[in-house]
Amino acid sequence: MTEGARATDGIPESRRKERVPGIPAGWTVIAAKDFADHILSIRFTILLLLLGVIGAYMVYAISGTIRDAAQVASGSPQLFLFLFAGAAEPTEGFAVTFVGFVALLGPLLGIAFGFDAVSAERAEGTLPRLVAQPIHRDDVINGKFVAALSVIVLIFAAVMLFIAGVGLFRLGVTPTGDEALRLATWFLVAVVYVGFWLALAMLASVLFRRAATAALVMISAWIVLVLFWRLIGPVIAGLVAPQRETDTIAQQVGALTTQQNVLRISPSQMFSELSGVLLDPSQTSLGVVLPDERAIPSLLPFVQSLLVGWPLLIALIALTGACFALTYISFMRQEVRA
Amino acid sequence: MMVAETPAIWTRALEKRYQDVVAVRSLDLEVRQGEVFGLLGPNGAGKTTTILMLLGLTEPTAGEAHVIGLDPARHPLAVKRHVGYLPDNVGFYGSMTGRQNLRYTARLNGLEKAAAESRITDLLTRVGLLDPADSAVETYSRGMRQRLGLADALVKEPSVLILDEPTTSIDPTGVAETLALVRELAHDHGVAVLLSSHLLHQVQQVCDRIAIFVSGEVVAMGTLQDLADQQSAGANVIIEVGADGLPEQVDQTLRAVAGVSGVEADERDPRIRVVTGAPGIREQVARALIDAGQIPWHLRSRGMELGEIYQRYFSGTMVPPSRRARTQPVDEPREKPATGPPASTLTGTRPPPARRPIHKGRIASGTNKESDPRD
Repeated sequence: MTEGARATDGIPESRRKERVPGIPAGWTVIAAKDFADHILSIRFTILLLLLGVIGAYMVYAISGTIRDAAQVASGSPQLFLFLFAGAAEPTEGFAVTFVGFVALLGPLLGIAFGFDAVSAERAEGTLPRLVAQPIHRDDVINGKFVAALSVIVLIFAAVMLFIAGVGLFRLGVTPTGDEALRLATWFLVAVVYVGFWLALAMLASVLFRRAATAALVMISAWIVLVLFWRLIGPVIAGLVAPQRETDTIAQQVGALTTQQNVLRISPSQMFSELSGVLLDPSQTSLGVVLPDERAIPSLLPFVQSLLVGWPLLIALIALTGACFALTYISFMRQEVRA
Repeated sequence: MMVAETPAIWTRALEKRYQDVVAVRSLDLEVRQGEVFGLLGPNGAGKTTTILMLLGLTEPTAGEAHVIGLDPARHPLAVKRHVGYLPDNVGFYGSMTGRQNLRYTARLNGLEKAAAESRITDLLTRVGLLDPADSAVETYSRGMRQRLGLADALVKEPSVLILDEPTTSIDPTGVAETLALVRELAHDHGVAVLLSSHLLHQVQQVCDRIAIFVSGEVVAMGTLQDLADQQSAGANVIIEVGADGLPEQVDQTLRAVAGVSGVEADERDPRIRVVTGAPGIREQVARALIDAGQIPWHLRSRGMELGEIYQRYFSGTMVPPSRRARTQPVDEPREKPATGPPASTLTGTRPPPARRPIHKGRIASGTNKESDPRD
């Protein structure tokens, strides 16, 4: 009725467990319907094409450099990973990698499938009808999240398999077991990363009645956290933990670590670092490494790489979880009426 | 499906407060199986809030509600499985066809596929949407959407049907069809129907009982007759009587009835006698006539049109019971002779339009009780 009327509408715990025989779990039905909607939607086609083109370009560009890389890293087990993590044109500036593209554009994927998840139901007036069916209210959020994430997984898997396929048949690079494991893990990390943006976009779709507002807010968040953070981040980090000539080495290391953590406020920074660890077995640490601390150049086994990246991975999962929880709570507290 | 004894919906002191705004105050409601119950009230009176509480979509602040014998706050799924709901301004997925929309609802309700298909076709036929059933809903008019909404509410074969403003944008023929369908569902299939509306003539056509809702409170509840009697409590009622026998003899019988204060011939049809008297005399009049062997062929209360009643409640001066100081409750027994305090609930109400004829030199509105000759 009124705007302020929303706050008091919690759902008691007693509700949560109820199951009525003969009725399928509501979220599966909603997820199935939304998945079908997404697949048939224009935005799916556009995003698939966009990522497909990028994938094709990456393969084309990589094929030029991979020969050189192969000569350098002859016999090295990481050649297959180079398809994804390798820079196409190792110029001084911005290295173009598939991983970099995912860090940059993955958020857009999450935003595209999430920004109107709930507000579209409101706008069409279908929400009251939907929640009046024998489902729990959280089934709506869960179903929509699962549907959107499934579509994202589908797009990612398609593009990655395309790159891998071209790599196998055209370039003759084959993955080892270790590489396949790293790639699969990286795939999951990428899904979590995009899942974070999806959850954030869904939060916006719950909080803002109008899809346009939600989209604008999300695009702003994307620009700040993904694009500008590379520029602003270091400045802020420098202000937070300035480095002085007079500092001891320990102080300098401390300041650098703080700076690094400030940069990690952006999930895309976390994702990039994680990707580095997972796809580059020679990367042995995430923190500051002093010249005399550097280990003998060697390749880490997968499990060791995973351990190095573990804190970041947990942080990313926690962030996604927190975002989803926020979406969940704010939706549960909202009034059904438009 | 029909459980005779337990009412399909009942609430006791149901209340909903938003911060300091009371949306629904102390609501006692009872809707029986096979009955069409009308919630009549202006927009913002708390009708939709009440409905949402009955569906377990909003927590009541206080009081209890039972729908098909279950507390909707604790068993929302079981309740929602058996309650069909047509929301106000119902919406559908525009890119899907009408049939696909209904199919989705059927799936959410766990209906068996083949059974659901034939039921959907049935319902689409019933609401007159079979032809456009397979075109996208975005091509539908608002009236068509509302019809589809009714079909959607019926997909799950509900034993309780809650309709929120079901006819606002349907054309007149459509309204008649819709109301006929609602009545049939209630009376032939034992479905309990709760119909919320601000369109009184529709409520009047279809509802067995009515509750008038003003700013979160029921100011009157009962059959149309009850409401009319409540309204005119203390005031005179006017009955048209036509009975076998000579007019003089009939008049004699009528005058002998306790509570009758005047008998006249109708201006247009002298065979009809217009009887003025205390509330509740209709029954005595009928009895007296039958006892006297003058079998009535016409017996009708004047001024019982819901429009008139409604108008009085919404004329702006009507105060909900809880906000009145110390005055006579609305649901005062109507048999009470007209000797009590004036029907203060009506004080200041503008005289009802039309219908009430000028009688014995004064306006027979419900307000001027003081001049009741029987005092």
